[in-house]
Amino acid sequence: MPEKFDVIVVGAGPAGTSCAYTCAKNGLKVLQIERGEYPGSKNVMGGVLYRKQMEEVIPEFWKEAPLERPVIEQRIWMMDKESTVTFGYKGLEWAQEPYNNFTVLRAKFDQWFAGKGVEAGVLLINETVANECIVEDGKVVGIRTDRPDGDVYADVTVLADGVNSLLGKQLGFHKEFRPDEVALTVMEVINLSKDKINERFNLSENQGCTIEIFGDSTKGNLGTAFIYTNKESVNIGVGTTLSSMIKARMKPYDLLDYLKTHPMVKPLIEGGEAAEYLAHLIPEGGYHSVPKVAGNGVLVVGDAAQLVNAIHREGSNMAMASGKMAAETIVEAKKKGDFSLDTLKEYKDKLYNSFIIKDLKKYKDATHTFENNPQFLRDYVPMLNRAASKFFTVDGTSKKDKQKQIIKTMTSERGTIKLIKDVYKAWKAVK
Amino acid sequence: MSNGKSQEGRGPLMLDNRGVWVYVEQNEGVIEGVSLELLGAGRKLADKLEVPLAGILLGDNVRELAEEIIFYGADEVYVVESPVLKQYRTESYMKGVILLAEKYKPEIFLYGATPNGKDVASAVATDLSTGLTADTTMLDVEVEKRLLEASRPAFGGNIMATILCKKHRPQMATVRPKVMKALERDTARTGRVIEESLEIREEDMRTKVLEIVKDVTKKSLADAHIIVCGGKGMGDERNFGLIHELAGLLGAGVGGTRDVVEAGWLSHDHQIGQTGETVTPKIYFAIGISGAIQHLVGMKNSEIIIAINKDPNAPIFGVSTYGIVGDALEVLPILIKQFKEAFHEKGGEVTHA
Amino acid sequence: MHIVVCVKQVPDTKIIKINPKTNTLDRRSAPAILNPYDAHAVQTAVSIKEAAGGEISVLSMGPPQAVDIIKKSVEIGADRGYLITDRAFAGADTLATSYALSKALDRISKEKPIDLIICGKHAIDGDTGQVGPGIARRLDIPPVTNVIEVSDINKDTRRVKIKRKIINGYELIETEMPCLLTVEKEINDIAYSPLPNMIKAARYTPIIWAVSDLEDVDRTQLGLKGSPTIVGKMFTPPKPEGGHMLDGNADDQAKQIIDILLQNKELFSVN
Ligand SMILES: Cc1cc2nc3c(=O)[nH]c(=O)nc-3n(C[C@H](O)[C@H](O)[C@H](O)COP(=O)(O)OP(=O)(O)OC[C@H]3O[C@@H](n4cnc5c(N)ncnc54)[C@H](O)[C@@H]3O)c2cc1C
Ligand SMILES: Cc1cc2nc3c(=O)[nH]c(=O)nc-3n(C[C@H](O)[C@H](O)[C@H](O)COP(=O)(O)OP(=O)(O)OC[C@H]3O[C@@H](n4cnc5c(N)ncnc54)[C@H](O)[C@@H]3O)c2cc1C
Ligand SMILES: Cc1cc2nc3c(=O)[nH]c(=O)nc-3n(C[C@H](O)[C@H](O)[C@H](O)COP(=O)(O)OP(=O)(O)OC[C@H]3O[C@@H](n4cnc5c(N)ncnc54)[C@H](O)[C@@H]3O)c2cc1C
Repeated sequence: MPEKFDVIVVGAGPAGTSCAYTCAKNGLKVLQIERGEYPGSKNVMGGVLYRKQMEEVIPEFWKEAPLERPVIEQRIWMMDKESTVTFGYKGLEWAQEPYNNFTVLRAKFDQWFAGKGVEAGVLLINETVANECIVEDGKVVGIRTDRPDGDVYADVTVLADGVNSLLGKQLGFHKEFRPDEVALTVMEVINLSKDKINERFNLSENQGCTIEIFGDSTKGNLGTAFIYTNKESVNIGVGTTLSSMIKARMKPYDLLDYLKTHPMVKPLIEGGEAAEYLAHLIPEGGYHSVPKVAGNGVLVVGDAAQLVNAIHREGSNMAMASGKMAAETIVEAKKKGDFSLDTLKEYKDKLYNSFIIKDLKKYKDATHTFENNPQFLRDYVPMLNRAASKFFTVDGTSKKDKQKQIIKTMTSERGTIKLIKDVYKAWKAVK
Repeated sequence: MSNGKSQEGRGPLMLDNRGVWVYVEQNEGVIEGVSLELLGAGRKLADKLEVPLAGILLGDNVRELAEEIIFYGADEVYVVESPVLKQYRTESYMKGVILLAEKYKPEIFLYGATPNGKDVASAVATDLSTGLTADTTMLDVEVEKRLLEASRPAFGGNIMATILCKKHRPQMATVRPKVMKALERDTARTGRVIEESLEIREEDMRTKVLEIVKDVTKKSLADAHIIVCGGKGMGDERNFGLIHELAGLLGAGVGGTRDVVEAGWLSHDHQIGQTGETVTPKIYFAIGISGAIQHLVGMKNSEIIIAINKDPNAPIFGVSTYGIVGDALEVLPILIKQFKEAFHEKGGEVTHA
Repeated sequence: MHIVVCVKQVPDTKIIKINPKTNTLDRRSAPAILNPYDAHAVQTAVSIKEAAGGEISVLSMGPPQAVDIIKKSVEIGADRGYLITDRAFAGADTLATSYALSKALDRISKEKPIDLIICGKHAIDGDTGQVGPGIARRLDIPPVTNVIEVSDINKDTRRVKIKRKIINGYELIETEMPCLLTVEKEINDIAYSPLPNMIKAARYTPIIWAVSDLEDVDRTQLGLKGSPTIVGKMFTPPKPEGGHMLDGNADDQAKQIIDILLQNKELFSVN
């Protein structure tokens, strides 16, 4: 007789583990299934972990979690071929408890996080693939794994199986992604000594920095690039929506190579040795593509529910928050002894009242706006660079005249009306 | 479950033991090559220590081999003959060896690292409560302290570890086949043969050998005269086809590094190196192979080594007789083409395969 | 049938990479794993249990983290596992290792008599293959090394038939139980573990013993103290001189190789 659990969680990423951990802490019997050799073994992320949502799952986690560096500086680059306009913020208040964000390496972090779940009583099974949900009378009652005697049952099954949630698709919760709903991101971990990192990024001992790059990083396509500092390595990655990649007939590697050899980027990573190469999808459809997240005996959390804020590259935090909300819903359901959609839809309400859906709603048109208006990245970033160059070049022209000249070139390049329209559109998309 | 037999006081502190011994493995009356190699290596140690070199021979009707053992360097041969020694069995062979070792007390005792050699050595070491160094590839002796310095590639890294056994005698080691050199057979040599008898009856033996099956169809890489070995530098499985092609032309065996085997381009029985075969062919091609120590220990005693690598600093060039710094994917097709022409035009024939 | 399998925790050498230039070990990502040969040993026990019934225990000597490889063994099909862990065991060579394991086997056999002990042919780190035969001697049971098949087990006569790999072939031998086998990888393929085993393993807590839990132990035979061998020195082998470099373009180089080949008249005959 196959065993029955209170909860089965499929996937041991931040969403799954946050859910499994919270359920176990509340005394539920939890089985967590992960297909990787260990949690995090294949997981990819730029590497910024947001403190707030993690803290809500495990208070003061920074005292023991394997974190790389606390982020004390965030830079944004508007990058052209041979120049970049930089702005950002560096604050030492972020260098001390409770910190703001951290860089992490997912292979280490996920393993640790899942280990906390195991300490709390989660039964974690690695190297096992959940092939399908077992559905009886319109209710999800468990999962079928790829192992012999592989069926296992539970009151509630939580799908935390990541961006390409096959299980969600099988249940008809969402359809195949459109190419403009997902970004393909490629990334490398490049080993560099601590000293070199500190020197090149102007950091003191154990301080981290993130750089978000717009413009020439994606050869003008919709998308962004990033460079994050770890203890003794940097993560460098670049991504664009699948649709722009198809349109521009680009290969992901080429884009990363282009970025790595860009004159603005190369000095930062020179001499480093590539340790890992990873490619992964990020759901970027935002609010419009959030699928059905609850059903009879089943909940969907994290990337599987498309909960990613593409503009701010937030995903792990939404994953964790949604996982926790799902867990809280299940704990309540257990008390009532009812696991039908009636009870479980409470999760959806929680989600829609939280920052997650609010944020996704706020940016709901951003990706489309940018996708349909390539000029934002293609034209304005170079324009901005030319403007800055003019402004900062000391050539005897008065600053006032310089400003005039800059405005004049900008309007003549794109036309005054168009320019105003664009600014409005962009503002509306992200406001 | 213990046999209750105490092992204490049986081996330690027998520091006045003398003599260098080599366990001579014979199978069906034929001496294994590694045993002859060890007689060569043992000879050097014995000369340094100024003690006799002895061969230890066990079997049924094997006495006549004693002479051969002397021709290959031994001063003495200890022979134990018995019907229970007809085939190798740990139980009987171990008892025979222990009998000799306890009576004649050697200071150094070497075995070939073959399945049977390792098997008997492990058992003997346990009963004598002495140290046994496994799979050594270098042997030397520190004369003053009469210490055997047995070195083996240490796990990971291009590092050798020298294992010492300071307080126990005999100092024992198993030695990999094909790393030591046998002496020329010298029929003028003479020596002493000492015979001992073993009091074991077949009825008391717990283990029986029912059947021995020799696999003659499978030609071992170790027997090949030419080996073409490819490494990860071949790029992918398709390019690795060039290795097969060249080998086919030359009538050669195909080998690979561990990385190649792990990539699935070849099966494990083609792996050359520490955890694969040791080979000493006449000609060894090392193509796209970096030359890690774990690979080198398996091939460096080949007669002619021809290395092709695009990195002029690749360690493989250190052991090669001839080296080509170049792209294997460029050189190989040319080599194959030229060989076909040069060879077939002249009506050449591969005579060794 | 009570089968005990000895299992060792080893670093995953597949993942360990050696930088041929610096000759250093790239340890960054070398997790500890169950010695691959020992996985085959456990699988051998599982097959025997399927055919002849019985129970499978595994035994390991190692650091506390070695509980993970015991759990791995439970995934493959072991029923229980023992870990002996103690500072006194540290630094053991094969003689001291087989001594400690034999003492633990004594205790296990008191709880339930042992019919068969299975070890791996060798551990991929120490790589001596000496521990199995050593245990057999200490328990005075027949060792059978390099096993490629367990052909027959007769529970009544308590005799087993085994195929053992030898140079260029194999031999079929018969011996009595209890005996100790060391197995080659080719003896079997490791089955994909059923889900219930995985769940059982995730829940399983191995039995942990220190030296004080074992009986009649002569502490001078344990660990570093009980090890006749020591690592004297580590050294990088002298860099060989290297040979003759063939110059010219690829055409010239190929030609030179062919000359070298054809000089070997015993290998090739050309007119
Ligand atoms: C390049 C890149 C950079 C990013 N940068 C950031 C960043 O800086 N900050 C941030 O917050 N977010 C970032 N994100 C987003 C973030 O990685 C995700 O939002 C987050 O990992 C989602 O967590 P999850 O648990 O839902 O899914 P995942 O982390 O994808 O975990 C899903 C898990 O389920 C397992 N699984 C899948 N299918 C099955 C199955 N059938 N059976 C068993 N197991 C299965 C997988 O192996 C995996 O372990 C980035 C994403 C990418 C690709
Ligand atoms: C415990 C242990 C046991 C091991 N046992 C063995 C063993 O038995 N056998 C074994 O082989 N290894 C063994 N190894 C692995 C060993 O350390 C090396 O990793 C391995 O031998 C490297 O294989 P390689 O030379 O094919 O690959 P690499 O080291 O990757 O070398 C490839 C080489 O090809 C060259 N190259 C690349 N492209 C070209 C080209 N187009 N033309 C020409 N040259 C090119 C490169 O310059 C490089 O030198 C063991 C390791 C450990 C830790
Ligand atoms: C570089 C190096 C060289 C060494 N050289 C020697 C040497 O020449 N001589 C020597 O005596 N020692 C040597 N040692 C020490 C030796 O590795 C240890 O004694 C080790 O504990 C056991 O030997 P092994 O790994 O060779 O095991 P092996 O004898 O190869 O293992 C065979 C089987 O025995 C069983 N087994 C082995 N260890 C354990 C364990 N801890 N718990 C449970 N089962 C086990 C397993 O079934 C395993 O498959 C060396 C160590 C190192 C690091």
